[in-house]
Amino acid sequence: MMKIINMVVNGKPAELAVEEGESLTDTLRNRLGLTSVKKGCEVGECGACTVLIDGVAKNSCIYLSVWADGHSILTVEGLRTEDCELHPIQKAFVEEAAIQCGFCTPGLVLTGVELVNSGKKFNREELREQISGHLCRCTGYENILNALERVVGKNS
Amino acid sequence: MYDIIHTFKASSVNDVLELLSSNSDAMLVAGGTDVMIRMRERKLRQASLISLLDIPDLKTISLREDGAIVIGAGACFTEISENTIVLEKIPMLAHACRQVGSPQIRNIATIGGNICNGAVSADSVPSLYALDAELELWGKDGSRLVPIRKFHTGPGQTVLQKDRELLTAIIIPLSSYAHHGGCYIKFGQRNAMEISTLGCAVNVSLTGDKKHIEKAAIAFGVAAPVPMRCAKVESLLIGAEINEEMFFTVRENILEGLKPRDSWRASLELRRQLIREMSVRALKQAIINAGGSLQ
Ligand SMILES: Cc1cc2nc3c(=O)[nH]c(=O)nc-3n(C[C@H](O)[C@H](O)[C@H](O)COP(=O)(O)OP(=O)(O)OC[C@H]3O[C@@H](n4cnc5c(N)ncnc54)[C@H](O)[C@@H]3O)c2cc1C
Ligand code: FES
Ligand code: FES
Repeated sequence: MMKIINMVVNGKPAELAVEEGESLTDTLRNRLGLTSVKKGCEVGECGACTVLIDGVAKNSCIYLSVWADGHSILTVEGLRTEDCELHPIQKAFVEEAAIQCGFCTPGLVLTGVELVNSGKKFNREELREQISGHLCRCTGYENILNALERVVGKNS
Repeated sequence: MYDIIHTFKASSVNDVLELLSSNSDAMLVAGGTDVMIRMRERKLRQASLISLLDIPDLKTISLREDGAIVIGAGACFTEISENTIVLEKIPMLAHACRQVGSPQIRNIATIGGNICNGAVSADSVPSLYALDAELELWGKDGSRLVPIRKFHTGPGQTVLQKDRELLTAIIIPLSSYAHHGGCYIKFGQRNAMEISTLGCAVNVSLTGDKKHIEKAAIAFGVAAPVPMRCAKVESLLIGAEINEEMFFTVRENILEGLKPRDSWRASLELRRQLIREMSVRALKQAIINAGGSLQ
């Protein structure tokens, strides 16, 4: 059955009808065109579908859209500022060449944004733990850690 | 698309009980990190789900007047592992909660779901066994308290009456944590995103001179079809002097009552060795955490 839900997506209110069995990944991609949200494993293991729900990183593939009713969602599309500046995490990913195919990148960037918003600083071991919910098959993680260290590292 | 017929959002415990009684095939879902996976695997079909995500009362963690720590069943692992009461009084549980899955999983997976799912690999459960936690279950006629040690009845089976009850809180009595030290060790193939091959939790109190064990609780996940406490070793440890001989006794007797399996994840022989080794390591760390020394 379809249900009407109200969310705030990337700062803008969105009212839409969704199937009750629809994942938030599908709603964001197919109904709102937010294709930065990737579909990888669809069982909560790879992190490609990560979005921030009320500021907290969650796997949207195992989250029903009807649960998002009344909540606010952030995807990478919502990071763009009015003058089209990149977020500091995105800049660091570019500077450190922390991207190859890019499939894991939106999820990792959002985890990075969550870490920035926490106001805390992390050492490399802690950052490793913080990104353990993201699989990257290309970069070997070192450049990703370098990028995160630039922004939320203990010495940044 | 998930094979879902109806979804309901409960706003209170009473609401949950109402929804359960008026929808006979409905099941509860908290973080969904077990339920949604079962749906993906098509082990669960045509589901009607009652979501517990929007019941704030189920998320509170508090210290009761009698010193008991009360953890709402809907608290997620991130909330528990960062909670000051838990960190200060039962750090073993905070540590165990940090062993689950990944940050994104811990941001939504609940301790209530971990317990009620009934899996023997549930990372929060050995510590709760070692802490003699009590579970508060609510049904139409009120609540009942079940010691967690009586909760599991078989693989994936519990005493929870799924069609009419929910778990509301996990209660850890003062006598389980005051002047105690604890340690949880999880063994897996890798550090993150790994289901436990074996989990061992030890909770000890020492005598005044800190040279003897007063009382020790040792609990295992994945060492038998259900989580287990090691009654034999626990009785041998009462009053025991902390020395190498004592650890030898633990190693020699710990397997009694346990039934480790043989599987692709780990052979029976490896599991036996892990049980012997992890029980001693966890006991040693728990003794240190209780203020004792190993000489
Ligand atoms: C990628 C991934 C990694 C994982 N890693 C681990 C790990 O390392 N360690 C580990 O222990 N687990 C792990 N899990 C399993 C899972 O995350 C945990 O068991 C989690 O605690 C389940 O909680 P939930 O809130 O998501 O439960 P749900 O899926 O919502 O529910 C699980 C079961 O409990 C019932 N239930 C939930 N809440 C209540 C309640 N209050 N009262 C009565 N019944 C209730 C539901 O009806 C259902 O049967 C992992 C899962 C995934 C997807
Ligand atoms: S697609 Fe969601 S975690 Fe892999
Ligand atoms: S850059 Fe290809 S998966 Fe990470």
